[in-house]
Amino acid sequence: MSLSCSEVARLVSEGLDRELPAEQQALLRAHYAICRGCASLRERLSFLRRAVQRIADRDKD
Amino acid sequence: MSATDFRAQLQNERTYLMRYAALHLRDSTAAEDAVQETLLAALAGEAGFEGRSNLRTWLTGILKHKIIDAIRRASRDPVVGLEDDGGSEEIDRLFMENGHWVEHPAPWQDPDAALEQKRFFEALERCLAKLPKRTSRAFLLREHMGAETGEICKELGVTSTHCFVLLYRARMALQRCLDENWFGK
Repeated sequence: MSLSCSEVARLVSEGLDRELPAEQQALLRAHYAICRGCASLRERLSFLRRAVQRIADRDKD
Repeated sequence: MSATDFRAQLQNERTYLMRYAALHLRDSTAAEDAVQETLLAALAGEAGFEGRSNLRTWLTGILKHKIIDAIRRASRDPVVGLEDDGGSEEIDRLFMENGHWVEHPAPWQDPDAALEQKRFFEALERCLAKLPKRTSRAFLLREHMGAETGEICKELGVTSTHCFVLLYRARMALQRCLDENWFGK
């Protein structure tokens, strides 16, 4: 079974909120290998997390 | 430390605490209340602070509880409870009916360089402000405060399925907004 990009997008997000089952993680890895769009989305969402963690930390400006 | 010094140090952190509270609550009165309660609790509990940690870290820990209390109260408001979170149409537009991207997300060039720029964070705040209130609260509780999804669903009074949906919509809307407003095409 393979996943569509819209299913992958949902799982990329869910994977940031809970540990996905191993078989889903394997399906995701297989998908990233053939789909640059979804691989980019994963990068974007993990960057978003790094950015938001720092959003209040800027000193008085 | 004298009482006066401690008060002065608390006042120094006020701007930071206000920014933190306003980010989560999106309401300056509610943010002001949460910060005021935090500072009062800090004054009353100074003995609990002494040398335990960094003052800002300690205050932020108190503030987080005040913010969560305020969010819980707001979520019990029947009007807020009925709010339509929206956002599903926006996601539908990203994908074709067969589940493929309408337009593949492209890699962002050196995104971490943006983290050094004040204007980037201003753009991010504008993107956050465009999210529906509950969607933004769920997202910030998760990604900024580091809360677990179980706690977020409970405080917002939504099912765990809806919680994952809110977080998904928030992330998809934000990555798209940053793409359009910062990283360019």
